[in-house]
Amino acid sequence: MSLFTISGSPHVHGEENVKKIMLTVVYAMVPAMLVSIYFFGLDALRVMLIAVGASIFFEYVIQKYLIKGPITITDGSAAVAGILLAFNVPANVPAWMLVAGALVTIGVAKMSFGGLGKNPFNPALVGRVFMLISFPVQMTSWPVAKPLFASHLTDAITGPTALGLLKEGVGAGKTVDQILADPQMPQYLDRLMGNMSGSLGEVSAIALIIGGIFMVIRKVIDWQVPVSIILTVFIMAEIFHLIDPQHYIEPSFHLFSGGLMLGAIFMATDMVSSPMNLSGKIVFGVGIGLITIIIRLWGAYPEGISFAILIMNAFTPLINNAFKPKRFGLVKK
Amino acid sequence: MNKLKTFTIGGVHPHENKLTDQVAIRTLPLPKQLIIPLGQNLGVPPKPIVKKGDEVKTGQLIARGEAFISSNIHAPASGKILKIDDALDASGYRRQAIFLDVTGDEWADDIDTSGTIEREIKLSKSEIVARIKECGLVGLGGATFPTHVKMMIPDGKKAEYLIINGVECEPYLTSDHRMMLEKGDEILVGVSIMMRALDTEKAVIGIENNKPDAIAKLSQLAQSYKGIQIQPLKVKYPQGGEKQLIKACVNREVPSGKLPIEVGCVVSNVGTAFAVYEAVQKNKPLIERVVTITGKNLTHPSNFLVRVGTPISDLIAAAGGMPEDTGKLINGGPMMGKSLSTPDVPVVKGSSGILLLKNEESKRPTPKTCIRCSKCTVVCPMGLEPFLLSKLSKLGLYERAEKEQIMDCIECGSCQFTCPSGLPLLDYLRLGKQKTGQLIRNRK
Amino acid sequence: MNDILLFTLLTLGLLGTVLAIILYFVAQKFKVIEDPRIDLVEDALPKANCGGCGFPGCRNFAEVTVKAANDTQSLEGLNCPVGGNDVMKRVAAILQLEVEDQEPMIAVIRCNGSHAHSPSKVKYEGPASCAFAHNLFSGEGGCQFGCLGLGDCVRSCDFDAIHMNSETGLPVVNDKCVACGACVKACPRGIIELRNKGKKDKRIFVSCINKEKGGIAKKNCSVACIGCSKCQQVCPYDAITMADNLAYIDFEKCKLCRKCVEVCPTDAIHEINFPLRKVKVETTETEPKKVQKATNEVVTTSEVVVSEENKPNTENKA
Repeated sequence: MSLFTISGSPHVHGEENVKKIMLTVVYAMVPAMLVSIYFFGLDALRVMLIAVGASIFFEYVIQKYLIKGPITITDGSAAVAGILLAFNVPANVPAWMLVAGALVTIGVAKMSFGGLGKNPFNPALVGRVFMLISFPVQMTSWPVAKPLFASHLTDAITGPTALGLLKEGVGAGKTVDQILADPQMPQYLDRLMGNMSGSLGEVSAIALIIGGIFMVIRKVIDWQVPVSIILTVFIMAEIFHLIDPQHYIEPSFHLFSGGLMLGAIFMATDMVSSPMNLSGKIVFGVGIGLITIIIRLWGAYPEGISFAILIMNAFTPLINNAFKPKRFGLVKK
Repeated sequence: MNKLKTFTIGGVHPHENKLTDQVAIRTLPLPKQLIIPLGQNLGVPPKPIVKKGDEVKTGQLIARGEAFISSNIHAPASGKILKIDDALDASGYRRQAIFLDVTGDEWADDIDTSGTIEREIKLSKSEIVARIKECGLVGLGGATFPTHVKMMIPDGKKAEYLIINGVECEPYLTSDHRMMLEKGDEILVGVSIMMRALDTEKAVIGIENNKPDAIAKLSQLAQSYKGIQIQPLKVKYPQGGEKQLIKACVNREVPSGKLPIEVGCVVSNVGTAFAVYEAVQKNKPLIERVVTITGKNLTHPSNFLVRVGTPISDLIAAAGGMPEDTGKLINGGPMMGKSLSTPDVPVVKGSSGILLLKNEESKRPTPKTCIRCSKCTVVCPMGLEPFLLSKLSKLGLYERAEKEQIMDCIECGSCQFTCPSGLPLLDYLRLGKQKTGQLIRNRK
Repeated sequence: MNDILLFTLLTLGLLGTVLAIILYFVAQKFKVIEDPRIDLVEDALPKANCGGCGFPGCRNFAEVTVKAANDTQSLEGLNCPVGGNDVMKRVAAILQLEVEDQEPMIAVIRCNGSHAHSPSKVKYEGPASCAFAHNLFSGEGGCQFGCLGLGDCVRSCDFDAIHMNSETGLPVVNDKCVACGACVKACPRGIIELRNKGKKDKRIFVSCINKEKGGIAKKNCSVACIGCSKCQQVCPYDAITMADNLAYIDFEKCKLCRKCVEVCPTDAIHEINFPLRKVKVETTETEPKKVQKATNEVVTTSEVVVSEENKPNTENKA
């Protein structure tokens, strides 16, 4: 008979493991993936495959030859980072650019800090911001959504995003009504479903929300972060809309355009770089919402959620220290 | 159906695996030799008052607890004292124990061994406490705190509620469940006795609703007892924790570092209530208890009425023998029990169950890095941050750990159970508690 | 233009003067009069801040030393184990005092319950922390006094002087040891003892602290002290005391005669750095025993670097 094992309690373990969590995130992204393939055709698939492949490849190479530690590509975290990176770029982005983005995502933002669990910033967002700043032209020429497996998209049929139109319009001194009348401006329902130009994963709010609800049910994310981001953006936009409806657009426009949903549901909720405690998560979400709306309304960029999340990521350790969970038996005085 | 009550912060749902909840309690035959460890209660172990060669009767006092927090030990069977020597007990260490060669089961004269239920409480408050002390009662839930000490309410405090733990939130264990089904009346009389001793009007028996038969049985019986309420609770671990149970039953929070009496509650276990009944009504000392012997590949997992001092190997033999691929032997449940190195360890007053895990079940997941998922924080019933505390303990930053309230940890193991990275969080928390405790004591 | 220049110079000059005056008074008020010898003593110390002297850090030791020199004119009871006699002499010279030579000490592992001598009876799974394991169980080998082999002592050592031997599962002290005592404090079982380094590094000690009765101790570990008192009877210098089934050799009284080593039936008494005994080893008969002894010797030899020819020491008795 083998020897008895001696260890401290508990002697049983739950069924949770890292791989399962990562797989759940991947499942949650499936609706958005399908929508992107539907609207941007095989190009969307190409971008996703390259991003995932490059991410896993870089993680493997770095772990094997630079860190010389255990290889953990099977835990799925590199795949998740790859998909998220793909979600954040236009469907017509060149492959080499994407590979460079994946290198920054995995090499700079993740592995240089020690790999999974140690990165202070969301790796996919670091990769995305790196691409946005390095290749601004390619990263902001968005293919027009063209449902049902359209032929290969070329630069000829690119168009601005809804937020881009808004920023441009406001900058040119147009009123909100005039901007909305622009024929390039997607309609309300299209914005909801994703029939508009934009990054792969950000176009369909509905698909993202379905994924988000799935993750909340499976307890992979807490509802506090996305809800507080969305509510903050909504409230702030509503306040300014009430002050001057012809200068500031209605809040629902902000919610369903740009990367807000993607950021709120998939990026800000990243376990590693978001705060640990529920109260901290709300503070984190409100911070992201405020910075986003500030950048959107007054900043140079039409879209601000990536920067907002990265800025708040930097505050995460402070938030963790300042906002503790509700302790049991804390005496009220 | 009403929303079932439970505690508010944290908690997990391990697989219940109650293999023996429909197996009636059987009495285990007396072994040839009993090894009765002296350290069976929290606090100071009692001093032996017998010597080698003495003849004792069942129920005769053999060790007297002289310190304030200590409790008496009685002979679990009649026979001859073989020796007083060190013996391996559940702690994994050899400690002083009384070895008794069993010759029979001849009870001491003043003990009522009949099965008739005595409902009428004749003794006064102080007599009850004295009798409980005399009979060597300790909390049978596992903490083994001497019951008579618990019954003495400090001056200026009032026990408003007596809360009885019938939760049995540990997976696998069913001894309390069977007690409630088979000894319902005795338990309720015991609760009434404790209520008189504590001068309490209200008693709440909390039972998780995975035991509907016990809830039904006790609810029906409780109608004829004044002031006893049966409270069904939602199944959630660690509801059997004293502080969690108070929160679940009467929605009060025991302040950090304080005892339940601070919020007017006294908590006891159904097993203890039964022992109180036997002590007060029958003058029967605590020499036997119900122990669940369980495990997935045991042929006959059972609930046994066992005399204190019986080797665990006897229980395993009665349950069908030690299975071939046993990887871990646990004294207690899978969440808080202690792993044993050998089955040659005696049953003590605090043993509620013996669990045999298969080799594959007893393996821990390989620890990976923390992914900061905060699941440990979410499940912690005390609202602590296990990831942080275990890290602080690993780094030896015990002062910071104290500020983060490491001493509030109840060691329930929910954090480690749930950790997706399979980290040994509780191991480090225990280490941290131990070192922080030393730090605090040194300061005084 | 000139006006501006003048004005600037005047303001700055005035400001400088006023601040200088304020600074002077503040410095006077908060001046700390400190014995300059504290700094000198501190400079003489090794600055390991190990706490081996019993004080938190070298600075504190320097303060205590200077205070003792002022109050009692003696450095009795104060010793820096890391620096040894040299450092203490220098410190004494600074304070114009005399110090007696202290015997150099070394940490000694008083357990020989290697994997071979005390085979594992259970498997431990959990963090590598002796303090945790000590509370959990009696140890893989079953001895509740013996080494847990998880290396709290190794982690406590600031001098790289103690390491785990993976073959035996026991820690080994090398000659970098300065007897600071950190490992003694770190060991939850109290296995490590600071003992006299001995003449030419020769030492004899009981490598066991098991207080159980002989039979029980022997059941868990083949090289346990079984409390037979043979060594006590044979010792001509009264250096060995028996308590709780355990022999203890007082290193102050021990004259390193090695009589006890010969009589010990379980090889629990170790001798270190002694030359080879002049007894021929009969190879054929001792062959099977040699294998077992080999692992035993790993500990003995590595306690402090032992020359190769010492190896047959214990075999002689076979």
